[in-house]
Amino acid sequence: MMLGRTYRSPMVGLGVLFGVTLVGLLVLPFVALAVSTPVADLRAGAEHPLFAPALWLSLRTTLMSLSITVVLGTPLAWWLASSRSRTARVTEVLVDLPIVIPPAVVGVALLETFGRRGLAGPLLESFGVSVPFTGGAVVLAQVVVSSPFFVQAAANAFRKVEPDMLIVARTLGASPVVAFVRVALPIARPGLLVGASLAWARALGEFGATLLFAGNMPGRTQTMPLAIFSALESDVRLAVVFSLVLAAVGVVLLVAIRFAPMLRRSPARGAS
Amino acid sequence: MTTWHASVATHVGGFALDLTIDGDSTPVALIGPNGSGKTTTLRAIAGAIAVERGSIRVGEHVLEHTDRGIHVPIEHRRVGYVPQGYGLFPHLTVQENVEFGLANSPDRYRVEDRRQRAGAVLSELGCAPLAERRVDRLSGGEQQRVALARALVLDPDLLLLDEPLAALDATRRRAVRHVLAERLEAFGRPAILVTHDVRDVIALGATVVALDGGQVIQKGSLEELRQSPASDFIAEFVGLA
Repeated sequence: MMLGRTYRSPMVGLGVLFGVTLVGLLVLPFVALAVSTPVADLRAGAEHPLFAPALWLSLRTTLMSLSITVVLGTPLAWWLASSRSRTARVTEVLVDLPIVIPPAVVGVALLETFGRRGLAGPLLESFGVSVPFTGGAVVLAQVVVSSPFFVQAAANAFRKVEPDMLIVARTLGASPVVAFVRVALPIARPGLLVGASLAWARALGEFGATLLFAGNMPGRTQTMPLAIFSALESDVRLAVVFSLVLAAVGVVLLVAIRFAPMLRRSPARGAS
Repeated sequence: MTTWHASVATHVGGFALDLTIDGDSTPVALIGPNGSGKTTTLRAIAGAIAVERGSIRVGEHVLEHTDRGIHVPIEHRRVGYVPQGYGLFPHLTVQENVEFGLANSPDRYRVEDRRQRAGAVLSELGCAPLAERRVDRLSGGEQQRVALARALVLDPDLLLLDEPLAALDATRRRAVRHVLAERLEAFGRPAILVTHDVRDVIALGATVVALDGGQVIQKGSLEELRQSPASDFIAEFVGLA
């Protein structure tokens, strides 16, 4: 809103002070992280035996959990956005549950579900499947804590698709699936990308639920956040290097999220 | 001459729609206060709302017959629909909007055919220079014409227009109304439009169907409605109040 020069109350000064304080608190730790790492340490950290397996495991598991989240979450988000039923509203609240529940609690809850004596444990065991403390457990924990972010963003994105547009698409010969793919998905795309990025960032940072449900086994269930935790016990500088790498990935994601809405295809193409 | 018939009974939320309307190639104007069921009627005919009881026929094609268990899905009804606000696809260009239906057509047009057909309809409506534009860069009148082109390119058996001129300012409305009247005359097939403006009825030479509370309360020519308006709304609409 451009109001030009307006009268400023002295309270504005106080507001600015508060705002600057908070921004400082948010940014300072990352500045400290960046300036406290000599280049030589970076190289040593990257060559440490914990580093490569943890980074690789983190990338592999988060891409898998993101795929699961997008495949399972997109139809759900579409339903949440288009249904006016009470079931949909209740489901929406249920989906948000992992956002407000501490990750450690999610970890315990997952053990109570898939653990040997958990709710579904005996059934899985009869098929010879044991989930806890495996790579599968890492992925499962990530899906549970991160998918709500995707579903929420995707549902909001789908709400921007006017129902009339879909009716028009249908009258133009599109089946419900074609109308969804050719009209709803492209219109919602920026929001879907933001949701997917948020979910991926959350999965990449997942610590508590993973530690409790999947353990902290190097090369098997030790993702980057867990490797930082382990490194901290032996060598603080190593933990700093690991952290820096994760922070860098986060910054790249943030930039991607900020610019995703501008990624709309420019339709001004030549008449080829 | 193509005739059509729609007898529809259904509920949407708490609203009950129960009406029978019919006509031929003369355009039909649905009028009535807000919430009287005009848009719901169009959507039911288009097939976007489930009909609980009734039948819909356009020419020889039965689109809906609940007693005989017939429900033709929207995409096979050959009905053109221009909603309020036009419903143009914001992620596509003008040309791509108009080509959208041709790509779904069972006739399997080749890319070049699609381009040509869409281009021809756009030229007829004076929109050829807009072809490569994004739809959000168009004026209201241009959007209206593009939406009309997109519906007409598939040669529908019936055209449904929901307040086609409402979003335009007064001067533009007059110009677009003229275009619309011309197009509908050339179209020569049934059209049903929702309107709040008696000048649309006059320009299109439409028969009026007045709705209230989901039911037809009067139908006839503008002259007939003037002689004995069935409600205050109709009297106001035809310019008597």
